[in-house]
Amino acid sequence: MSDAAGTAPGPAVPDRRAERAAARRARTLRHQGIAIASTVVVLGGLAVLLLTSPGWPVFRDAFFDPEVFRDSFPRILEAFWLDIRVFMVVEVVVLILGLTVALLRTVDVPALFPLKILAVGYTDVFRGIPTILLVYLIGFGVPAIAVGESASGAQPLAWLPTEPVVLGGLALALSYGAYVSEVYRAGINSIHRGQRDAALAVGLTERQALRHVIVPQAVRRVGPPLLNDFIALQKDVALIAIIGVTGEAFRQAQIDSLASFNYTPLVAAALLYLLITIPMARLLDRWERRRQTR
Amino acid sequence: MPKLRITFLLPLALAALIAGCGSDDDSSDDSSSDSSATVSLDDCTPNQLETLKSGELTVATDSPAFPPYFEDDDPTNGKGFESAVAYAVADTLGFASSDVNWVVEPFNSSYAPGPKDFDFDVNQISITPKRAEQVDFSAPYYTAKQAVVALKSSDFADATSLADLEDASIGVQIGTTSLEAVNASIAPSTEPQVFDNSNDVVSALKQEQVDAVVVDVPTAFYLTAVQVPEATTVGQFTAPGGDEWGALLGKDSPLTDCVSAAITELSDSGELAGIEQTWIAEKTDAPVLE
Repeated sequence: MSDAAGTAPGPAVPDRRAERAAARRARTLRHQGIAIASTVVVLGGLAVLLLTSPGWPVFRDAFFDPEVFRDSFPRILEAFWLDIRVFMVVEVVVLILGLTVALLRTVDVPALFPLKILAVGYTDVFRGIPTILLVYLIGFGVPAIAVGESASGAQPLAWLPTEPVVLGGLALALSYGAYVSEVYRAGINSIHRGQRDAALAVGLTERQALRHVIVPQAVRRVGPPLLNDFIALQKDVALIAIIGVTGEAFRQAQIDSLASFNYTPLVAAALLYLLITIPMARLLDRWERRRQTR
Repeated sequence: MPKLRITFLLPLALAALIAGCGSDDDSSDDSSSDSSATVSLDDCTPNQLETLKSGELTVATDSPAFPPYFEDDDPTNGKGFESAVAYAVADTLGFASSDVNWVVEPFNSSYAPGPKDFDFDVNQISITPKRAEQVDFSAPYYTAKQAVVALKSSDFADATSLADLEDASIGVQIGTTSLEAVNASIAPSTEPQVFDNSNDVVSALKQEQVDAVVVDVPTAFYLTAVQVPEATTVGQFTAPGGDEWGALLGKDSPLTDCVSAAITELSDSGELAGIEQTWIAEKTDAPVLE
Protein backbone atom coordinates (compact mmCIF):
# COMPACT_ATOMS: atom_id res chain seq x y z
CA MET A 1 0.00 0.00 0.00
CA SER A 2 2.64 2.50 1.00
CA ASP A 3 4.78 1.20 -1.78
CA ALA A 4 1.98 1.81 -4.24
CA ALA A 5 1.52 5.32 -2.90
CA GLY A 6 5.20 5.96 -3.08
CA THR A 7 5.45 4.92 -6.73
CA ALA A 8 2.23 6.68 -7.77
CA PRO A 9 2.49 9.05 -10.71
CA GLY A 10 3.52 12.65 -9.97
CA PRO A 11 0.28 14.64 -10.60
CA ALA A 12 -1.71 12.58 -8.02
CA VAL A 13 0.42 13.88 -5.09
CA PRO A 14 -0.68 17.57 -5.01
CA ASP A 15 -4.29 16.40 -5.38
CA ARG A 16 -4.10 14.21 -2.36
CA ARG A 17 -2.35 16.97 -0.37
CA ALA A 18 -5.13 19.41 -1.25
CA GLU A 19 -7.73 16.82 -0.28
CA ARG A 20 -6.08 16.31 3.06
CA ALA A 21 -5.91 20.07 3.66
CA ALA A 22 -9.57 20.43 2.75
CA ALA A 23 -10.51 17.60 5.08
CA ARG A 24 -8.53 19.22 7.86
CA ARG A 25 -10.24 22.55 7.28
CA ALA A 26 -13.63 20.92 7.32
CA ARG A 27 -12.81 19.10 10.51
CA THR A 28 -11.57 22.29 12.20
CA LEU A 29 -14.72 24.10 11.14
CA ARG A 30 -16.89 21.27 12.38
CA HIS A 31 -15.06 21.22 15.71
CA GLN A 32 -15.37 24.96 16.11
CA GLY A 33 -19.07 24.75 15.36
CA ILE A 34 -19.56 22.01 17.92
CA ALA A 35 -17.52 23.94 20.50
CA ILE A 36 -19.59 27.09 19.99
CA ALA A 37 -22.92 25.27 20.04
CA SER A 38 -21.92 23.28 23.12
CA THR A 39 -20.73 26.43 24.90
CA VAL A 40 -23.94 28.31 24.12
CA VAL A 41 -26.10 25.38 25.25
CA VAL A 42 -24.19 24.60 28.44
CA LEU A 43 -23.31 28.12 29.64
CA GLY A 44 -26.59 29.60 28.37
CA GLY A 45 -28.50 26.81 30.05
CA LEU A 46 -26.66 27.40 33.30
CA ALA A 47 -27.34 31.13 33.07
CA VAL A 48 -31.06 30.55 32.45
CA LEU A 49 -31.20 28.04 35.29
CA LEU A 50 -29.46 30.51 37.61
CA LEU A 51 -31.49 33.58 36.64
CA THR A 52 -34.85 31.83 36.84
CA SER A 53 -34.17 30.00 40.10
CA PRO A 54 -36.25 31.21 43.06
CA GLY A 55 -33.09 31.98 45.04
CA TRP A 56 -31.62 34.32 42.42
CA PRO A 57 -33.16 37.60 43.66
CA VAL A 58 -31.98 36.85 47.19
CA PHE A 59 -28.51 36.01 45.90
CA ARG A 60 -28.40 39.11 43.71
CA ASP A 61 -29.48 41.43 46.51
CA ALA A 62 -26.88 40.03 48.88
CA PHE A 63 -23.90 40.17 46.52
CA PHE A 64 -24.73 42.49 43.62
CA ASP A 65 -26.88 45.27 45.03
CA PRO A 66 -26.26 48.16 42.60
CA GLU A 67 -27.16 50.81 45.14
CA VAL A 68 -24.78 49.49 47.78
CA PHE A 69 -22.14 49.06 45.09
CA ARG A 70 -22.43 52.66 43.93
CA ASP A 71 -22.27 53.88 47.50
CA SER A 72 -19.24 51.89 48.65
CA PHE A 73 -17.17 51.52 45.48
CA PRO A 74 -15.47 54.96 45.57
CA ARG A 75 -14.38 54.39 49.17
CA ILE A 76 -13.05 50.93 48.41
CA LEU A 77 -11.28 52.16 45.29
CA GLU A 78 -9.56 54.85 47.32
CA ALA A 79 -8.55 52.26 49.91
CA PHE A 80 -7.28 49.97 47.17
CA TRP A 81 -4.70 52.58 46.27
CA LEU A 82 -3.05 51.81 49.61
CA ASP A 83 -2.95 48.12 48.67
CA ILE A 84 -1.23 48.99 45.41
CA ARG A 85 1.36 51.20 47.08
CA VAL A 86 2.12 48.63 49.77
CA PHE A 87 2.36 45.96 47.10
CA MET A 88 4.83 47.94 45.01
CA VAL A 89 7.11 48.85 47.90
CA VAL A 90 7.06 45.33 49.36
CA GLU A 91 7.69 43.80 45.95
CA VAL A 92 10.90 45.81 45.48
CA VAL A 93 12.11 44.81 48.95
CA VAL A 94 11.21 41.18 48.25
CA LEU A 95 13.13 41.10 44.96
CA ILE A 96 16.28 42.50 46.57
CA LEU A 97 16.00 40.39 49.73
CA GLY A 98 15.21 37.22 47.75
CA LEU A 99 18.14 37.63 45.39
CA THR A 100 20.55 38.44 48.23
CA VAL A 101 19.51 35.36 50.19
CA ALA A 102 19.67 33.16 47.08
CA LEU A 103 23.17 34.38 46.25
CA LEU A 104 24.35 33.83 49.81
CA ARG A 105 23.10 30.27 49.58
CA THR A 106 24.75 29.50 46.24
CA VAL A 107 28.20 31.13 46.38
CA ASP A 108 31.07 29.18 47.83
CA VAL A 109 33.08 31.72 49.78
CA PRO A 110 34.42 30.31 53.08
CA ALA A 111 34.25 33.67 54.86
CA LEU A 112 30.55 34.00 54.03
CA PHE A 113 29.69 30.64 55.58
CA PRO A 114 27.94 32.09 58.69
CA LEU A 115 25.78 34.22 56.41
CA LYS A 116 24.98 31.10 54.43
CA ILE A 117 23.73 29.41 57.59
CA LEU A 118 21.61 32.47 58.38
CA ALA A 119 20.21 32.46 54.84
CA VAL A 120 19.23 28.79 55.10
CA GLY A 121 17.66 29.40 58.50
CA TYR A 122 15.76 32.42 57.22
CA THR A 123 14.17 30.61 54.28
CA ASP A 124 13.32 27.59 56.39
CA VAL A 125 11.66 29.63 59.11
CA PHE A 126 9.80 32.30 57.18
CA ARG A 127 8.62 30.04 54.38
CA GLY A 128 7.20 27.68 56.98
CA ILE A 129 5.11 30.21 58.93
CA PRO A 130 1.58 31.10 57.77
CA THR A 131 1.70 34.65 56.43
CA ILE A 132 -1.32 35.71 58.51
CA LEU A 133 0.41 34.53 61.68
CA LEU A 134 3.55 36.43 60.77
CA VAL A 135 1.58 39.63 60.08
CA TYR A 136 -0.17 39.34 63.43
CA LEU A 137 3.03 38.42 65.28
CA ILE A 138 4.97 41.38 63.95
CA GLY A 139 2.05 43.80 63.85
CA PHE A 140 1.21 43.31 67.52
CA GLY A 141 4.50 41.94 68.83
CA VAL A 142 6.78 44.79 67.75
CA PRO A 143 4.63 47.54 69.36
CA ALA A 144 4.51 45.39 72.50
CA ILE A 145 8.30 45.23 72.83
CA ALA A 146 8.61 48.89 71.79
CA VAL A 147 6.76 49.91 74.97
CA GLY A 148 8.34 47.14 77.05
CA GLU A 149 10.36 48.32 80.01
CA SER A 150 13.62 46.85 81.26
CA ALA A 151 14.32 46.43 84.98
CA SER A 152 15.60 50.01 85.18
CA GLY A 153 12.33 51.34 83.79
CA ALA A 154 13.81 52.44 80.47
CA GLN A 155 12.34 51.43 77.13
CA PRO A 156 15.37 50.00 75.29
CA LEU A 157 13.37 49.14 72.16
CA ALA A 158 11.41 52.36 71.83
CA TRP A 159 13.21 53.08 68.54
CA LEU A 160 11.37 50.27 66.77
CA PRO A 161 8.78 51.24 64.15
CA THR A 162 5.19 50.89 65.33
CA GLU A 163 3.29 52.15 62.28
CA PRO A 164 0.95 49.28 61.39
CA VAL A 165 1.43 49.71 57.65
CA VAL A 166 5.23 49.54 58.05
CA LEU A 167 5.02 46.45 60.26
CA GLY A 168 2.53 44.77 57.94
CA GLY A 169 4.76 45.48 54.95
CA LEU A 170 7.75 44.13 56.85
CA ALA A 171 5.94 40.89 57.64
CA LEU A 172 4.89 40.44 54.02
CA ALA A 173 8.43 41.18 52.81
CA LEU A 174 9.94 38.62 55.20
CA SER A 175 7.44 35.96 54.19
CA TYR A 176 7.64 36.53 50.45
CA GLY A 177 11.39 37.16 50.51
CA ALA A 178 11.80 33.56 51.67
CA TYR A 179 9.65 32.21 48.82
CA VAL A 180 11.31 34.36 46.20
CA SER A 181 14.82 33.48 47.35
CA GLU A 182 13.98 29.85 46.65
CA VAL A 183 12.74 30.76 43.19
CA TYR A 184 15.96 32.62 42.47
CA ARG A 185 18.05 29.78 43.83
CA ALA A 186 16.29 27.29 41.59
CA GLY A 187 17.02 29.61 38.65
CA ILE A 188 20.69 29.93 39.53
CA ASN A 189 21.05 26.19 40.01
CA SER A 190 19.40 25.54 36.67
CA ILE A 191 22.21 27.33 34.80
CA HIS A 192 24.57 24.62 33.64
CA ARG A 193 27.88 24.37 35.46
CA GLY A 194 29.59 24.64 32.06
CA GLN A 195 28.47 28.26 31.78
CA ARG A 196 30.52 29.13 34.83
CA ASP A 197 33.48 27.10 33.66
CA ALA A 198 33.36 28.79 30.27
CA ALA A 199 33.17 32.22 31.87
CA LEU A 200 36.19 31.44 34.05
CA ALA A 201 38.00 30.05 31.02
CA VAL A 202 37.67 33.34 29.13
CA GLY A 203 39.22 35.14 32.08
CA LEU A 204 36.25 36.35 34.17
CA THR A 205 36.57 36.12 37.92
CA GLU A 206 34.08 34.05 39.93
CA ARG A 207 32.19 37.21 40.84
CA GLN A 208 32.11 38.51 37.29
CA ALA A 209 30.86 35.15 36.07
CA LEU A 210 28.01 35.31 38.58
CA ARG A 211 27.22 38.94 37.83
CA HIS A 212 27.43 38.87 34.02
CA VAL A 213 26.77 35.28 33.02
CA ILE A 214 24.83 33.26 35.55
CA VAL A 215 22.45 35.69 37.33
CA PRO A 216 21.16 37.37 34.13
CA GLN A 217 20.25 33.99 32.65
CA ALA A 218 18.80 32.75 35.93
CA VAL A 219 16.60 35.81 36.41
CA ARG A 220 15.25 35.53 32.88
CA ARG A 221 14.48 31.89 33.43
CA VAL A 222 12.52 32.43 36.69
CA GLY A 223 10.41 35.30 35.36
CA PRO A 224 7.13 33.34 35.25
CA PRO A 225 7.43 31.80 38.74
CA LEU A 226 8.36 35.25 40.10
CA LEU A 227 5.28 36.77 38.50
CA ASN A 228 3.28 34.00 40.12
CA ASP A 229 4.57 35.07 43.53
CA PHE A 230 3.74 38.71 42.67
CA ILE A 231 0.12 37.71 42.14
CA ALA A 232 0.04 35.91 45.47
CA LEU A 233 1.62 38.92 47.21
CA GLN A 234 -0.86 41.32 45.65
CA LYS A 235 -3.68 39.33 47.25
CA ASP A 236 -1.96 38.89 50.60
CA VAL A 237 -1.57 42.63 51.08
CA ALA A 238 -5.15 42.40 52.40
CA LEU A 239 -3.75 40.59 55.45
CA ILE A 240 -2.35 43.80 56.88
CA ALA A 241 -5.93 44.82 57.69
CA ILE A 242 -5.90 42.58 60.76
CA ILE A 243 -3.35 44.74 62.57
CA GLY A 244 -5.46 47.87 62.25
CA VAL A 245 -4.11 49.40 59.04
CA THR A 246 -6.64 52.04 58.14
CA GLY A 247 -7.97 52.47 54.64
CA GLU A 248 -7.06 49.06 53.28
CA ALA A 249 -9.46 47.82 50.59
CA PHE A 250 -10.59 44.58 52.23
CA ARG A 251 -11.04 46.26 55.61
CA GLN A 252 -12.98 49.14 54.05
CA ALA A 253 -15.19 46.61 52.26
CA GLN A 254 -15.73 44.73 55.53
CA ILE A 255 -16.73 47.94 57.31
CA ASP A 256 -19.14 48.90 54.53
CA SER A 257 -20.49 45.38 54.42
CA LEU A 258 -21.18 45.29 58.16
CA ALA A 259 -22.78 48.71 58.00
CA SER A 260 -25.14 47.81 55.15
CA PHE A 261 -25.80 44.15 56.04
CA ASN A 262 -24.90 43.33 52.48
CA TYR A 263 -21.94 41.58 50.87
CA THR A 264 -21.78 43.74 47.78
CA PRO A 265 -18.87 45.86 49.12
CA LEU A 266 -16.80 42.68 49.50
CA VAL A 267 -17.63 41.72 45.91
CA ALA A 268 -16.56 45.21 44.84
CA ALA A 269 -13.21 44.74 46.59
CA ALA A 270 -12.85 41.30 45.02
CA LEU A 271 -13.35 42.87 41.58
CA LEU A 272 -10.53 45.32 42.26
CA TYR A 273 -8.14 42.52 43.22
CA LEU A 274 -9.14 40.62 40.08
CA LEU A 275 -8.55 43.74 38.01
CA ILE A 276 -4.88 43.45 38.94
CA THR A 277 -4.39 39.71 39.23
CA ILE A 278 -6.17 38.55 36.05
CA PRO A 279 -4.10 40.71 33.66
CA MET A 280 -1.02 39.52 35.52
CA ALA A 281 -2.09 35.92 35.04
CA ARG A 282 -2.67 36.47 31.30
CA LEU A 283 0.75 38.09 31.04
CA LEU A 284 2.20 35.07 32.75
CA ASP A 285 0.45 32.71 30.27
CA ARG A 286 1.82 34.69 27.31
CA TRP A 287 5.28 34.67 28.75
CA GLU A 288 5.18 30.90 29.26
CA ARG A 289 3.90 30.31 25.72
CA ARG A 290 6.64 32.45 24.25
CA ARG A 291 9.23 30.48 26.13
CA GLN A 292 7.83 27.19 24.94
CA THR A 293 7.76 28.20 21.28
CA ARG A 294 11.25 29.64 21.41
CA MET B 1 -22.47 41.99 72.63
CA PRO B 2 -21.42 43.29 69.18
CA LYS B 3 -23.70 40.73 67.61
CA LEU B 4 -26.66 42.06 69.53
CA ARG B 5 -25.83 45.52 68.39
CA ILE B 6 -25.80 44.34 64.78
CA THR B 7 -29.21 42.74 65.08
CA PHE B 8 -30.42 45.86 66.68
CA LEU B 9 -29.08 48.03 63.88
CA LEU B 10 -30.83 46.01 61.21
CA PRO B 11 -34.27 47.55 61.66
CA LEU B 12 -32.67 50.97 61.91
CA ALA B 13 -30.89 50.43 58.60
CA LEU B 14 -34.09 49.16 57.02
CA ALA B 15 -35.99 52.08 58.43
CA ALA B 16 -33.38 54.44 57.03
CA LEU B 17 -33.73 52.79 53.63
CA ILE B 18 -37.48 52.98 53.68
CA ALA B 19 -37.47 56.51 54.99
CA GLY B 20 -35.42 57.33 51.91
CA CYS B 21 -34.53 60.91 51.29
CA GLY B 22 -37.11 62.96 53.15
CA SER B 23 -35.70 64.00 56.50
CA ASP B 24 -39.20 65.11 57.51
CA ASP B 25 -40.26 61.47 57.31
CA ASP B 26 -37.50 60.54 59.75
CA SER B 27 -38.71 62.82 62.47
CA SER B 28 -42.30 61.67 62.14
CA ASP B 29 -41.08 58.05 62.34
CA ASP B 30 -39.23 58.79 65.54
CA SER B 31 -42.18 60.42 67.23
CA SER B 32 -44.49 57.59 66.27
CA SER B 33 -42.14 54.95 67.73
CA ASP B 34 -41.77 56.98 70.92
CA SER B 35 -45.49 57.25 71.36
CA SER B 36 -45.88 53.47 71.42
CA ALA B 37 -47.07 54.09 74.95
CA THR B 38 -50.47 55.36 73.99
CA VAL B 39 -51.83 54.84 77.48
CA SER B 40 -52.29 57.81 79.74
CA LEU B 41 -50.67 57.54 83.17
CA ASP B 42 -54.12 58.17 84.64
CA ASP B 43 -55.06 54.66 83.57
CA CYS B 44 -52.01 53.21 85.31
CA THR B 45 -52.80 53.35 89.00
CA PRO B 46 -51.95 50.49 91.37
CA ASN B 47 -55.66 49.66 91.58
CA GLN B 48 -56.09 49.37 87.83
CA LEU B 49 -52.86 47.55 87.08
CA GLU B 50 -53.02 43.77 86.84
CA THR B 51 -49.76 43.19 88.68
CA LEU B 52 -48.55 39.78 89.77
CA LYS B 53 -49.55 40.52 93.35
CA SER B 54 -52.33 43.01 93.51
CA GLY B 55 -51.23 46.38 94.92
CA GLU B 56 -47.57 45.41 94.77
CA LEU B 57 -44.95 45.70 92.07
CA THR B 58 -42.59 42.76 91.55
CA VAL B 59 -39.33 43.79 89.92
CA ALA B 60 -36.59 41.39 88.82
CA THR B 61 -32.85 41.57 88.21
CA ASP B 62 -29.99 39.11 88.15
CA SER B 63 -27.84 38.20 91.12
CA PRO B 64 -25.26 39.44 91.89
CA ALA B 65 -26.50 42.95 91.16
CA PHE B 66 -23.38 44.94 90.41
CA PRO B 67 -22.35 48.59 90.13
CA PRO B 68 -23.01 51.03 88.65
CA TYR B 69 -26.45 49.55 88.08
CA PHE B 70 -26.94 48.42 91.67
CA GLU B 71 -24.97 49.10 94.82
CA ASP B 72 -23.91 46.64 97.53
CA ASP B 73 -25.60 43.77 95.66
CA ASP B 74 -28.88 45.04 97.11
CA PRO B 75 -31.54 46.17 94.61
CA THR B 76 -33.90 47.22 97.41
CA ASN B 77 -31.78 50.16 98.59
CA GLY B 78 -32.71 52.37 95.63
CA LYS B 79 -29.04 52.97 94.91
CA GLY B 80 -27.45 52.33 91.57
CA PHE B 81 -28.80 53.31 88.16
CA GLU B 82 -31.29 50.53 87.53
CA SER B 83 -32.50 50.34 91.10
CA ALA B 84 -33.16 54.08 90.98
CA VAL B 85 -34.95 53.72 87.63
CA ALA B 86 -37.13 50.91 88.99
CA TYR B 87 -38.18 52.93 92.05
CA ALA B 88 -38.79 56.01 89.91
CA VAL B 89 -41.05 53.96 87.62
CA ALA B 90 -42.87 52.55 90.66
CA ASP B 91 -43.30 56.03 92.05
CA THR B 92 -44.61 57.37 88.75
CA LEU B 93 -47.15 54.56 88.63
CA GLY B 94 -48.21 55.37 92.20
CA PHE B 95 -46.58 52.54 94.13
CA ALA B 96 -44.90 53.30 97.42
CA SER B 97 -41.31 52.12 97.82
CA SER B 98 -42.48 49.56 100.34
CA ASP B 99 -44.82 48.07 97.72
CA VAL B 100 -41.88 47.14 95.49
CA ASN B 101 -40.67 43.54 95.79
CA TRP B 102 -37.49 42.31 94.18
CA VAL B 103 -36.94 38.82 92.77
CA VAL B 104 -33.91 37.25 91.11
CA GLU B 105 -34.13 36.52 87.38
CA PRO B 106 -31.01 35.22 85.57
CA PHE B 107 -30.10 37.35 82.55
CA ASN B 108 -30.19 34.51 80.06
CA SER B 109 -33.63 33.21 81.01
CA SER B 110 -35.14 36.70 81.26
CA TYR B 111 -35.89 36.94 77.55
CA ALA B 112 -36.88 33.29 77.12
CA PRO B 113 -40.52 32.72 76.13
CA GLY B 114 -43.05 31.71 78.77
CA PRO B 115 -44.81 33.11 81.85
CA LYS B 116 -42.80 35.43 84.08
CA ASP B 117 -42.81 35.61 87.84
CA PHE B 118 -42.12 39.34 87.85
CA ASP B 119 -43.92 42.43 86.62
CA PHE B 120 -40.85 43.83 84.93
CA ASP B 121 -37.12 43.13 84.81
CA VAL B 122 -34.30 45.69 84.69
CA ASN B 123 -30.96 44.07 83.94
CA GLN B 124 -29.13 45.96 81.17
CA ILE B 125 -31.18 44.08 78.62
CA SER B 126 -30.75 45.37 75.08
CA ILE B 127 -33.92 45.70 73.08
CA THR B 128 -33.53 43.50 70.02
CA PRO B 129 -36.17 42.45 67.48
CA LYS B 130 -35.35 38.79 68.12
CA ARG B 131 -36.01 39.09 71.85
CA ALA B 132 -39.08 41.22 71.20
CA GLU B 133 -40.65 38.20 69.50
CA GLN B 134 -40.70 36.35 72.83
CA VAL B 135 -41.10 39.12 75.40
CA ASP B 136 -42.30 42.71 75.70
CA PHE B 137 -40.02 45.69 76.11
CA SER B 138 -40.88 49.04 77.56
CA ALA B 139 -39.68 52.27 76.01
CA PRO B 140 -35.89 52.43 76.48
CA TYR B 141 -34.66 53.93 79.75
CA TYR B 142 -31.04 54.05 78.67
CA THR B 143 -29.13 54.39 75.43
CA ALA B 144 -25.66 52.94 75.80
CA LYS B 145 -23.15 55.70 75.37
CA GLN B 146 -19.70 55.40 73.93
CA ALA B 147 -16.71 55.76 76.20
CA VAL B 148 -13.25 57.03 75.30
CA VAL B 149 -10.53 55.08 77.10
CA ALA B 150 -6.86 56.12 77.12
CA LEU B 151 -3.78 55.21 79.11
CA LYS B 152 -3.39 57.48 82.13
CA SER B 153 0.04 58.45 80.77
CA SER B 154 -1.41 59.53 77.43
CA ASP B 155 -1.71 63.17 76.37
CA PHE B 156 -5.36 62.51 75.64
CA ALA B 157 -6.22 61.27 79.14
CA ASP B 158 -6.98 64.88 80.08
CA ALA B 159 -9.27 65.59 77.15
CA THR B 160 -12.37 67.45 78.27
CA SER B 161 -14.22 67.67 74.97
CA LEU B 162 -14.64 65.63 71.82
CA ALA B 163 -12.70 68.32 69.96
CA ASP B 164 -9.67 67.58 72.16
CA LEU B 165 -9.61 64.09 70.68
CA GLU B 166 -9.50 65.21 67.07
CA ASP B 167 -5.78 64.54 66.65
CA ALA B 168 -5.78 61.23 68.52
CA SER B 169 -5.31 57.93 66.74
CA ILE B 170 -8.33 55.95 67.84
CA GLY B 171 -8.82 52.20 67.89
CA VAL B 172 -12.24 50.54 67.51
CA GLN B 173 -13.63 47.08 66.89
CA ILE B 174 -15.07 46.26 63.49
CA GLY B 175 -18.84 45.83 63.22
CA THR B 176 -19.61 47.79 66.39
CA THR B 177 -21.50 51.05 66.74
CA SER B 178 -18.27 52.54 68.13
CA LEU B 179 -16.78 53.00 64.65
CA GLU B 180 -19.77 55.00 63.47
CA ALA B 181 -19.78 56.92 66.72
CA VAL B 182 -16.13 57.92 66.29
CA ASN B 183 -16.63 59.07 62.73
CA ALA B 184 -19.86 60.91 63.49
CA SER B 185 -18.98 62.53 66.81
CA ILE B 186 -15.19 62.91 66.92
CA ALA B 187 -14.30 62.85 63.21
CA PRO B 188 -10.58 62.40 63.98
CA SER B 189 -7.99 63.81 61.58
CA THR B 190 -6.50 60.33 61.09
CA GLU B 191 -8.92 57.54 60.28
CA PRO B 192 -9.66 55.24 63.21
CA GLN B 193 -7.78 51.94 63.32
CA VAL B 194 -10.23 49.09 63.00
CA PHE B 195 -9.46 45.78 64.69
CA ASP B 196 -11.01 42.34 64.29
CA ASN B 197 -12.02 41.74 67.89
CA SER B 198 -12.09 43.36 71.30
CA ASN B 199 -8.89 41.62 72.43
CA ASP B 200 -6.95 43.27 69.62
CA VAL B 201 -8.45 46.62 70.58
CA VAL B 202 -7.27 46.09 74.15
CA SER B 203 -3.77 45.08 73.00
CA ALA B 204 -3.55 48.13 70.78
CA LEU B 205 -4.43 50.38 73.71
CA LYS B 206 -2.02 48.67 76.06
CA GLN B 207 0.86 48.77 73.60
CA GLU B 208 0.29 52.38 72.59
CA GLN B 209 -0.50 51.44 69.00
CA VAL B 210 -3.37 53.88 69.40
CA ASP B 211 -3.81 56.94 71.62
CA ALA B 212 -7.29 55.97 72.72
CA VAL B 213 -10.00 53.41 72.08
CA VAL B 214 -13.74 53.90 71.88
CA VAL B 215 -16.00 51.19 73.30
CA ASP B 216 -19.47 51.23 74.81
CA VAL B 217 -19.65 52.39 78.40
CA PRO B 218 -20.24 49.01 80.08
CA THR B 219 -17.24 47.58 78.21
CA ALA B 220 -15.15 50.53 79.34
CA PHE B 221 -15.85 49.72 83.01
CA TYR B 222 -14.49 46.23 82.55
CA LEU B 223 -11.60 47.41 80.42
CA THR B 224 -10.32 49.95 82.92
CA ALA B 225 -11.12 47.90 86.02
CA VAL B 226 -9.78 44.52 84.95
CA GLN B 227 -8.05 44.35 81.59
CA VAL B 228 -5.93 47.50 81.52
CA PRO B 229 -5.80 49.06 85.00
CA GLU B 230 -3.31 51.65 83.77
CA ALA B 231 -6.06 53.01 81.51
CA THR B 232 -8.74 55.50 82.41
CA THR B 233 -12.13 56.40 80.99
CA VAL B 234 -11.59 59.86 79.55
CA GLY B 235 -15.28 60.46 79.12
CA GLN B 236 -18.47 59.33 77.49
CA PHE B 237 -20.57 60.68 74.68
CA THR B 238 -23.91 59.98 73.07
CA ALA B 239 -23.73 58.56 69.58
CA PRO B 240 -26.41 57.72 67.05
CA GLY B 241 -27.50 54.09 66.92
CA GLY B 242 -26.44 53.16 70.45
CA ASP B 243 -27.70 50.06 72.17
CA GLU B 244 -31.01 50.71 73.95
CA TRP B 245 -31.98 49.04 77.21
CA GLY B 246 -35.61 48.56 78.15
CA ALA B 247 -37.56 47.05 81.01
CA LEU B 248 -38.49 43.50 80.08
CA LEU B 249 -42.02 42.18 80.58
CA GLY B 250 -43.79 38.95 79.73
CA LYS B 251 -45.16 38.73 76.20
CA ASP B 252 -48.34 40.83 75.85
CA SER B 253 -48.14 41.87 79.49
CA PRO B 254 -51.00 44.21 80.47
CA LEU B 255 -48.37 46.41 82.13
CA THR B 256 -46.14 47.11 79.14
CA ASP B 257 -47.90 50.30 78.04
CA CYS B 258 -48.01 51.66 81.56
CA VAL B 259 -44.32 50.99 82.27
CA SER B 260 -43.48 52.64 78.92
CA ALA B 261 -45.66 55.61 79.78
CA ALA B 262 -43.90 55.96 83.13
CA ILE B 263 -40.45 55.83 81.50
CA THR B 264 -41.49 58.33 78.84
CA GLU B 265 -42.76 60.61 81.60
CA LEU B 266 -39.47 60.27 83.53
CA SER B 267 -37.54 60.95 80.36
CA ASP B 268 -39.60 64.01 79.43
CA SER B 269 -39.36 65.49 82.92
CA GLY B 270 -35.57 65.12 82.92
CA GLU B 271 -35.66 62.89 85.98
CA LEU B 272 -34.20 59.96 84.03
CA ALA B 273 -31.26 62.10 82.88
CA GLY B 274 -30.68 63.07 86.49
CA ILE B 275 -30.61 59.44 87.61
CA GLU B 276 -28.16 58.61 84.83
CA GLN B 277 -25.94 61.55 85.80
CA THR B 278 -25.93 60.48 89.46
CA TRP B 279 -25.37 56.78 89.05
CA ILE B 280 -23.49 56.36 85.77
CA ALA B 281 -21.64 59.56 84.87
CA GLU B 282 -20.54 60.50 88.40
CA LYS B 283 -20.16 57.08 89.97
CA THR B 284 -17.98 55.87 87.15
CA ASP B 285 -16.06 59.11 86.94
CA ALA B 286 -16.66 59.34 83.21
CA PRO B 287 -17.61 62.96 82.44
CA VAL B 288 -19.85 63.60 79.49
CA LEU B 289 -17.88 64.88 76.49
CA GLU B 290 -19.56 67.30 74.13
